[in-house]
Amino acid sequence: MVTLVKSENIVYERSHSFTETPTHYCPGCTHGVAHRLIAETIDEMGIGNRTIGVAPVGCSVFISHYFETDFVEAPHGRAPAMATGVKRVLPNNIVYTYQGDGDLASIGMAEIMHAAARGENITVIFINNAIYGMTGGQMAPTSLPGQKTTSSQLGRDVETQGFPIRMSEMIAKMDGASYVVRRSLHDPANIRKAKKAIRIAFETQRRNLGFAMVELLSTCPTNWGISPVDSMQWVEEHMVPVFPLGDYKVSLAVGDMRI
Amino acid sequence: MAKELIKGNVAIAEAAIRAGLEAYFGYPITPQTEVLEHLSRRMPELGRAFVQAESEVAAINMVYGAACTGARVMSTSSSPGVSLMQEGISYIAGTEVPAVLVNVMRGGPGLGNIAPAQSDYYQAVKGGGHGDYNPIVLAPASVQEAIDMTVLAFDLAEKYRNLVFVLADGSIGQMMEPAELPEMRPLEHKAHDWAVGGDKTGRERRVLSSIYLEPYDEEVANLRMLKNWYRIKENEVRFKEYTTEDAEYLVVGFGTSGRVALSAVRKFREKGIKVGLFRPITLSPFPEDRLRELAEKTRGILVVEMNMGQMLDDVMMYTGNKLPIQFYGRPGGFVPFPEEIEHEIQRMINSDLKIDHDPRKSWLKRMVGEN
Repeated sequence: MVTLVKSENIVYERSHSFTETPTHYCPGCTHGVAHRLIAETIDEMGIGNRTIGVAPVGCSVFISHYFETDFVEAPHGRAPAMATGVKRVLPNNIVYTYQGDGDLASIGMAEIMHAAARGENITVIFINNAIYGMTGGQMAPTSLPGQKTTSSQLGRDVETQGFPIRMSEMIAKMDGASYVVRRSLHDPANIRKAKKAIRIAFETQRRNLGFAMVELLSTCPTNWGISPVDSMQWVEEHMVPVFPLGDYKVSLAVGDMRI
Repeated sequence: MAKELIKGNVAIAEAAIRAGLEAYFGYPITPQTEVLEHLSRRMPELGRAFVQAESEVAAINMVYGAACTGARVMSTSSSPGVSLMQEGISYIAGTEVPAVLVNVMRGGPGLGNIAPAQSDYYQAVKGGGHGDYNPIVLAPASVQEAIDMTVLAFDLAEKYRNLVFVLADGSIGQMMEPAELPEMRPLEHKAHDWAVGGDKTGRERRVLSSIYLEPYDEEVANLRMLKNWYRIKENEVRFKEYTTEDAEYLVVGFGTSGRVALSAVRKFREKGIKVGLFRPITLSPFPEDRLRELAEKTRGILVVEMNMGQMLDDVMMYTGNKLPIQFYGRPGGFVPFPEEIEHEIQRMINSDLKIDHDPRKSWLKRMVGEN
């Protein structure tokens, strides 16, 4: 690649942890933002040579195409179990899962809760956009009351279809969890906070401090049926009140970390 | 090592350790639980990975993760638990990573019972998960064989990057008998050139996955796996045979039912009646060539199983059903007595030995009558 800008003048560049492959995500989807934050974190920590990602089933099933790190591909919802298997054998590698809400909060509920209960020394990035993206917009365990999806066409009726599940709040109650926070990707200020949380979550693992999860409120303009800009607003107006942002668990050891 | 009196499940656990087991993931289920219990103490003692998972679903996916690192990894379970594992089993097969699984079979279907059975033959041999794949399946008939086949399972899994099942039953798992454990092999985490992990500096990234979105790529993967399977078929077929050299009548049975049948076969030999026993060790790949050779010189075959006739189908298929084949099974959790099998062999000898296209139906009639 020809360098047109002197290195001392570079203020922003492609993360070294990315491959050259363009992502397949829809316009306005925040998967790209979440990927970027992870890639920057891996770059900054210098852990690209020993990071192993565990890919989910869902829109991000091909996340391994975009990262210059080793990857394994889990069955739907089983990423925390698979990560357990990898990490227990290779404790010196950095192992993280990247999971959507259908994957983590529905079919993989048992695996995520027990990984947290065991205090597995892994990092979990949880993308919550309140819908199933890849299969075409069905109701997710995190869909909001009244939210219209292809499988709740009259709006999620809590009487028959239940209530949204707040994962961060639940996992924070597990003694094995060390760092559990919810952030959002709907504007630059929140993205910066998300970046910091992801860094802490990876540092938690690097320092063997146990289970860490960052939940990221995310968008799905395609299946929500609104524009990318309106999607950002929808997160702020509708999702944040149901899924309040904040730190749900910061163990004393994590709180004492200096990065 | 000297022989010691040892329980089957404990023997399997200890044999795995000595074969270099780096990680074990399991879930309690009778009649297999002693494997998990033994390893819960021994693995941490040796500084190796052990997790009692929240379910068999999680256990098999932990196995999957560890297998992707190239570690020698195992899970054990019993019939209903193995059903739960089929998802992960299919993924492991599709990713072409090695893993060892032990099924200490019990009576079924459903919750069934906890007594010994062989009714997961189809599930193991034909591959119980979705998609095209072939597991190697080893069938021990004693505690000693359970030990030897557990060790062999790790070597075969690693050599061919293939799933290997040890298909035992509740009696093998629960029985105590004298057996010799192998020497402890030094533990090593081999740096396989396909495995993830370690330090990737200076090499390409590795992605282990069972996803091939393009049908062309999936077909290439399917055919590659079949080619590997034929390599296994050429090199790893195993069986045992007893007094078959001049046998006019052949009994075919695997595992515990094969062992019980041997007592019956010996009774006939004592009487000078030429009966032999063929006991497949690899149920998959099935020792079909040798069975065909033996079938050529045999007047009739009696298949004995602790199920309703599963290997029976394979025996009929591989021999082309060109000779009289009869069946005797005890499903539901029964181990047949040698006398029952003697009676069946005698019945076969006394019968007019015609080709029967549905030996299972004839057996059912004998078991429950015409109505």
